[in-house]
Amino acid sequence: MSAIRASESSLLASSQQEELEDLPKDYPLSTSEDEGDSDGERKHQKLLEAISSLDGKNRRKLAERSEASLKVSEFNVSSKGSGEKLVLSDLLEPVKTVSSLATVKKQLNRVKSKKTVELPLHREEIERIHRQVAFNKTSQVLSKWDPIVLKNRQAEQLVFPLNKQQSAFAPIEHVLSGWKARTPLEQEIFNLLHKNRQPVTDPLLTPVEKASLKAMSLEEAKMRRAELQRARALQSYYEARARREKKIKSKKYHKVLKKGKAKQALKDFEKLRKVNPAAALEELEKLEKARMMERMSLKHQNSGKWAKSKAIMAKYDLEARQAMQEQLARNKELTQKIQVASESEEEEGGTEEDCDPLVPDVVNEVQVKANRPNPWMFRNHSSDAKEAETQEDPEELAGSTAHEASESEEEEGPVAEEEILLKEFEERRSLRQKSGLNQIAEPVGRPETKDSSSQAILSELRVLSQKLKKENRQSRKQEVSSVKTVLAVQREKPAQEEEEPLLLQRPERAQTLDKLEELSKEGCFQNKELPRAAAEGQCLERNPDNHLGAPKEKKKKEQMIDLQNLLNTKSPSVKSLAVPTTIEELEDEEERAQRQMIKEAFAGDDVIRDFLKEKREAVEASKPKDVDLTLPGWGEWGGVGLKPSAKKRRRFLIKAPEGPPRKDKNLPNVIINEKRNIHAAAHQVQALPYPFTHHQQFERTIQTPIGSTWNTQRAFQKLTTPKIVTKPGHIIKPIKAEDVGYRASSRSDLSVVQRNPKRLSIRHKKQLKKNSID
Amino acid sequence: MKVKMLSRNPDNYVRETKLDLQRVPRNYDPTLHPFEVPREYVRALNATKLERVFAKPFLASLDGHRDGVNCLAKHPKSLATVLSGACDGEASVRIWNLTKRKCIRTIQAHEGFVRGICARFCGTSFFTVGDDKTVKQWKMDGPGYGEEDEPLHTILGKTVYTGIDHHWKEPVFATCGQQVDIWDEQRTNPICSMTWGFDSISSVKFNPIETFLLGSCASDRNIVLYDMRQATPLKKVILDMRTNTICWNPMEAFIFTAANEDYNLYTFDMRALDTPVMVHMDHVSAVLDVDYSPTGKEFVSASFDKSIRIFPVDKSRSREVYHTKRMQHVICVKWTSDSKYIMCGSDEMNIRLWKANASEKLGVLTSREKAATDYNQKLKEKFQHHPHIKRISRHRHLPKSIYSQIQEQRIMKEARRRKELNRIKHSKPGSVQIVSEKKKHIVAVVK
Repeated sequence: MSAIRASESSLLASSQQEELEDLPKDYPLSTSEDEGDSDGERKHQKLLEAISSLDGKNRRKLAERSEASLKVSEFNVSSKGSGEKLVLSDLLEPVKTVSSLATVKKQLNRVKSKKTVELPLHREEIERIHRQVAFNKTSQVLSKWDPIVLKNRQAEQLVFPLNKQQSAFAPIEHVLSGWKARTPLEQEIFNLLHKNRQPVTDPLLTPVEKASLKAMSLEEAKMRRAELQRARALQSYYEARARREKKIKSKKYHKVLKKGKAKQALKDFEKLRKVNPAAALEELEKLEKARMMERMSLKHQNSGKWAKSKAIMAKYDLEARQAMQEQLARNKELTQKIQVASESEEEEGGTEEDCDPLVPDVVNEVQVKANRPNPWMFRNHSSDAKEAETQEDPEELAGSTAHEASESEEEEGPVAEEEILLKEFEERRSLRQKSGLNQIAEPVGRPETKDSSSQAILSELRVLSQKLKKENRQSRKQEVSSVKTVLAVQREKPAQEEEEPLLLQRPERAQTLDKLEELSKEGCFQNKELPRAAAEGQCLERNPDNHLGAPKEKKKKEQMIDLQNLLNTKSPSVKSLAVPTTIEELEDEEERAQRQMIKEAFAGDDVIRDFLKEKREAVEASKPKDVDLTLPGWGEWGGVGLKPSAKKRRRFLIKAPEGPPRKDKNLPNVIINEKRNIHAAAHQVQALPYPFTHHQQFERTIQTPIGSTWNTQRAFQKLTTPKIVTKPGHIIKPIKAEDVGYRASSRSDLSVVQRNPKRLSIRHKKQLKKNSID
Repeated sequence: MKVKMLSRNPDNYVRETKLDLQRVPRNYDPTLHPFEVPREYVRALNATKLERVFAKPFLASLDGHRDGVNCLAKHPKSLATVLSGACDGEASVRIWNLTKRKCIRTIQAHEGFVRGICARFCGTSFFTVGDDKTVKQWKMDGPGYGEEDEPLHTILGKTVYTGIDHHWKEPVFATCGQQVDIWDEQRTNPICSMTWGFDSISSVKFNPIETFLLGSCASDRNIVLYDMRQATPLKKVILDMRTNTICWNPMEAFIFTAANEDYNLYTFDMRALDTPVMVHMDHVSAVLDVDYSPTGKEFVSASFDKSIRIFPVDKSRSREVYHTKRMQHVICVKWTSDSKYIMCGSDEMNIRLWKANASEKLGVLTSREKAATDYNQKLKEKFQHHPHIKRISRHRHLPKSIYSQIQEQRIMKEARRRKELNRIKHSKPGSVQIVSEKKKHIVAVVK
């Protein structure tokens, strides 16, 4: 290393050396200056020479030398004192006065300070130093490749050839300009294009387009821009406001807002009705549409995510319960019909219709219009006008009949009740079908009123109209029920009486599974009622004399028992609701037959017992055995019929230690074989392979499948990418510095070699020699 | 009740055009596809077996030379063109077309052996050196009608040249013999000649990446590295036995592999010559030539034991061995520039063309075929440690001579190892140094 350092220092010192080399060149210049002083002398000399050369012979004349010494010897030049040495300072003494020789003095002083020059290094030594320097340099150059080599070695995938030619995107004009139409079709197309003066190259705008671009004047453009700006500003302002309002969380605020809006809407509506009845009708139509939409959608049903979460919370949270109720109320509102007039028409004639204060008389006529999208209704109207007079909707008809029926059911008694039930179901089914049909028949392109605020207004309106309707109905009910009150009182269940018509009249169809369940529950409930009614009948039969004074407690008890029984035993009527019974019976039969067949087929073998036996055997076999070391006849008498004594046997019996518990101890229908399977072992890896450090690593790689059966196409492709991809028929060149983003050396190797083949090395050697001194 | 209609979006099952593939709905639920490991194992086993079934590497034999093929050279621009030089004096250099599998040109280049051949980097001409102490430059294209087949330039040297290699970018070439000479194409004298010791140098190679570097191997068992710019040798490593040739890795600038007489190949990092990166051992006779795959991941070696082997760079054992009954001592070998094929020239005057991947299907593959091969490859990789698969994939038939040689070598090696163990066992602990296999073969590194 020291040698290398020395050589390097030598290289560094080369500049100094150059100074030394250069200086002597300057020296003569300085001497010529001091010659100027003795100009006269030189001239004289020249004159003498010229005279001597006059005689023609070119004599060489030795310059006379005068020696400044005491002793003049003809043999040698000697200094002043024989024993004295010539000292450099003596020589320099006369020079002192001359200032121009200062540099020479300095150099001489420097030489004086130095020690004697060491011997130059051996040639081989020098070469070795050269080699080491060169090697270090080269390995430095090479080490720039380290990161690339490492990256390539670890790369998941290498794609060869490495230098990808990037496809340059030429603009279309360039492509077109270089292309010429050759085929007749192309020529035709080009002709057409040229006819229209369609520009093929740069601007890509026809003259017409250009003209249109120019058409708008500056003023206009400015005005337009200002307008647009204003509009944009306004929009952003409103948006901001809406956002602000939306952020207000207060429920009260929203409630007040809503109410205010509703009131406003009602007022507007009133006004509109007075001023412009047609517009009011349109409004009403809108209401009807909203109702249809609601019936179509599940927006306010209990089926939404929000509603479900609330339903869970409703048990504990009052607010949630309220929210749910609100929603349901909204649903009811939206789905309720407003055709109070028509209903009243059915039952009480045209007179009541007129006295209705809120609903305008136009409503009935409009009803047709409102229902126009529904083809069923349309047909009804057109085909039998007679019916249309009395009942506009089959739905309504059914509803009304059911209503009537339900109202009259109490009188008809237990036998009639069943009929009523059946009717009811019939009616519901028909209702459902119709609604379904309605849904389908409704045109799709209807404008949807999605705005929630407008919906809220609509709902408000609906509430109002419903109030009216209710009033009507109640008055009606009172009328009807007043006739039947006597019997109802006799029956002693007014609550039920009130509930039942409600149930029957429920206008909404069961739209979700929950609703369906409710429906079936209802059915059950009614079914449960059925036998009770029968029992009642029996009761009545048993003691027909006292109608009213029937013992309540006994009745109740009987009811209880009956209910219990009913809960336990499935009544066929319940079944009939859900699944058709006939099919089930058939299936039952089939199943039975199949089971029978299987039994017959496997009559002989008792698989379970066999398995148990096998397991027992396996367990026995796996248990460690005791070792008996008793020798009969050892220390005792031995012979035929003689057994070693119990004591001996006990002593020499080595009990096997109990093994670990079997893995299948608690699994009754499994046998786990804990022995090593040599057949499987032949396929198993014995030792952990090289790159893995833990068996779990290896197992994990084996466990994860790579096939397309277990992976998506994308994952499969990713998992099966080959490590090296080559293009067939493409030459793969060695890696280049440019490929990996390094700057390639600008100098070519050849130029470097030509510049410094041997000269350089000679110079180096010179320097080395000189530098090796220090 | 709402009736939910069964409706399907036709976009999900109707093709846009009839050229599209049919969409196949898949359920990736793992419970539906059980036993993934055993199933993949079976697939891997089948793939391995099929690989062995389809392993037919031999493609063609190019015959025409009248003596052993001594040297081969690739054309730098054309994959189909190969140059070869033979040992006889007449018609010693031939140019072959691989697609036609025919000789397209014959040149009477030298008197006696053609020792080395190399193409210029642009592919317009090539150089040959022979026993007649000349370096000749030839045009790649044949002479026109009526013209005589004359070399472009001829350089008369003082000594025999034993090898030649061309610079990868510039009009410079290097010859070796008594010393390494670097020539400018335009001159008749070398611009630089480098020596280190006095011995015959058998081969010289330019580094393909850092193009100013050269490596040479001499018969006094050493490998010498040179720097062309600084006109000086850099370092010398002395091995147990003579190195026949070296080859630089075309993707890793400082890695080269030396083919040695002691049946092994040594991969060196040129910055640390005292320990080879890897010792590749499988040959049972002297390794005569070595060439890297252009991807730099594998190399192929030709041996005196009449076989060629393919080694992964980072493995000490070969992954493949190629031999035929008629192939004699293989003298030279080359891996083609598209990394698909291997050519080897041997003593019995033939040049043979092999597939680099024995069971690879040639030609254009459909995407499904490609996917299947990729999958099979991955499966083989995944289960490569399983004993059955390992056994099948490693199984090779060998000529009796090589097989018995291998057995013999194994016995010898085992005996040596046993002896060493015994020596360690019966001597004072620490007195016997255990030398690793890598270091065992390096005699010295000379600075």
